[in-house]
Amino acid sequence: MYQNPFEIRYSLEDVIEKLRLERAIGLYRIIDPDGNVVAEREPDIPRDLLLNMYTSMIRTRILDGWLLKLQRMGKVALHAPNIGEEAVSVGATLALDKDDWIFPYYRNIGVFIARGVSEEEILDRNIANIADPFKGKEFTIFGSRKHRIAPSTVPVGNQIPHAVGFALGAYIAGEKIAVLTIFGDGATSRGGFHVGLNFAGIYRLPVIFVIQNNQWAISVPAKKQTGSITFAVKGVAYNIPGIRVDGNDVLAVYTASKEAAKRARNGEGPTLIEAVTYRMGPHTTADDPTRYRSPEEVKAMQKYDPIARFEKYLINRGYLSEQELKEIYNEWNTKIEEIVKKCISKPPLSVEVIFEDVYSQRFWNLEEQLEEYRESLEVMKKLGIEVE
Amino acid sequence: MPVMNMVQALNLALREEMRRDPRVIVLGEDVGKRGGVFLVTEGLLEEFGEKRVIDTPLTEMGIVGIAIGLAMYGFKPVAEIQFIDFVYEAFDQIVSEAAKMRAKTGGMFTAPIVIRAPCCGGVKGAMHHSQSPEAYFIHTAGLITMMPSRPYDAKGMLKAAIRSEDPVIFLEPKSIYRTIREEVPEEDYIIPIGKGRVVREGSDVTIVTYGAMVHVSVEAAELAEKKHRWSVEVIDLRTLFPFDKDLILKSLEKTGRLIIVHEAPRTLGLGAEIAAYIAENAIDLLRGPVIRVTGYDAPFPLVHEKLYMPNIARIYLAIEKVMRY
Repeated sequence: MYQNPFEIRYSLEDVIEKLRLERAIGLYRIIDPDGNVVAEREPDIPRDLLLNMYTSMIRTRILDGWLLKLQRMGKVALHAPNIGEEAVSVGATLALDKDDWIFPYYRNIGVFIARGVSEEEILDRNIANIADPFKGKEFTIFGSRKHRIAPSTVPVGNQIPHAVGFALGAYIAGEKIAVLTIFGDGATSRGGFHVGLNFAGIYRLPVIFVIQNNQWAISVPAKKQTGSITFAVKGVAYNIPGIRVDGNDVLAVYTASKEAAKRARNGEGPTLIEAVTYRMGPHTTADDPTRYRSPEEVKAMQKYDPIARFEKYLINRGYLSEQELKEIYNEWNTKIEEIVKKCISKPPLSVEVIFEDVYSQRFWNLEEQLEEYRESLEVMKKLGIEVE
Repeated sequence: MPVMNMVQALNLALREEMRRDPRVIVLGEDVGKRGGVFLVTEGLLEEFGEKRVIDTPLTEMGIVGIAIGLAMYGFKPVAEIQFIDFVYEAFDQIVSEAAKMRAKTGGMFTAPIVIRAPCCGGVKGAMHHSQSPEAYFIHTAGLITMMPSRPYDAKGMLKAAIRSEDPVIFLEPKSIYRTIREEVPEEDYIIPIGKGRVVREGSDVTIVTYGAMVHVSVEAAELAEKKHRWSVEVIDLRTLFPFDKDLILKSLEKTGRLIIVHEAPRTLGLGAEIAAYIAENAIDLLRGPVIRVTGYDAPFPLVHEKLYMPNIARIYLAIEKVMRY
């Protein structure tokens, strides 16, 4: 239908409403750092789900700690620590239905835990042992078709257009699902973010964009990542509602994501969620944050710890006692230690995986190169030369 | 059998594949109502509707990135890049994501997309409407790269690309989009990936080439035959990677002389790879040096494009050089 672009007029009030400035600038929060409810209305969440949120965050933190240790032990090539950011992964994931898909990034172990991927599978992947479903071609990333989690990407934000394309596929197929993608504040500077929001905005696709704003993209602070007043306002230009939530408040992340998923499934289009959090650790195990930020800053941010805050809430509300919380922690701590022992004792992948899965079939060049490798293996054996 | 040009043959291939498989989706800039700037997608919107022929906003990265997402969902997207010269914005999505999806996930996820784009020179397109960047794609593990030289092949090759389980870069030499017409069957047939073809038989020299250069090479071969009775065999690779090494080796057993012709710049072009392959595996077959006739290692020019590109004279000179070695 033809529409004269010069005929449409908005009043200033309309424009302000359109900008939804309050939501995109303020900070939506349900529990404060002392575990008290600050929102007008506390969401009605069943106790089981609250417990799931808690154990998922605890398990994520324990596993994260182990991955850090395993990297120092030389068992894992690289790790991107999740500590302090567990509420974003866990809150957003648990807000979805089981048919919804997630396109996470490499700092989202909580997504896998909350979706029911076992610690063993995550460790196998990160160690790249014989049981690694990704067969040792890339580090830190993971995905699981069974759990409807797409593989994360190492180039930052490259999964954003994939999530949008996937949502377009669901729309064409008539499948009513939501597609959630998570990425860091640094990813908002890359083209894929704008391309993804633009496309989703035009076609009103069922996508939830979650910016895990942890304040740092390696050494570059969020304020050097954008001139915008917040990251959530970036939705405005694409006609995508933006909401800024306390990303260290698992209930706030959960509630906002739940609402966004409902919008997506109802055909109301995409939503942008800025989850404000803080990266407590380094960017990866190859990074040294003392070179660019003060220990005072990190210390000051500790009082916002998402797990400590949620524990206070659970105790305040009488869901769990301090003793019960400790028991849950100890139980998982022991379990995961056992799993770690099991995973590091599994044998490595065979060298021939290098030649696998490059194409759907092995073309002559790789056949020739595989043969070349086998010949070199003979020589290595004969001469007693060890490689690796 | 109807007579068609390459644009019509490609259009027919898309139409037949979209009828055959409801998962096939076309997307790109201007592919809908406009039918593509070269009209390769003409009439598809009318037949298949907006959900299968998708006009995208202007973003090559988005077209490829979204095609990857569609493929992950289970569709078979055929993305059009309006001119291959604009593909660089999408380069990261092609080489880091589409090409690596199968490998990085141990086969759990794949991204079997087709990226179609007009390429190469000869139509006064200047620097950014004339390039031949196939080497970038050939160099990337996980990608298949193809380029047809005639309408019949274009149809069968595009069908093979669409049915491939691997991502395919499908380059269409726009200078021969409409200049060559031939009979194209209106029935299903496939030109298999990795299979070249002997365009002209000969016993003294082998020219390995592809795309529009096939026709220039044949003309040069005819000139050499007329002038000196030299018998020149011309091979059209069709699939640039994985290239048909057996066809080249078989021809060299006969001729012992090798010339490679392509429009792309020489340094690290496909010619370099073929020359190196022969040097490593079949040097005993050679009776003279391997010669490359290629675009120069300079940006494609606005002026003198016919002199920049391999032409009959340059190919003829190469034949003379290798015959008189």
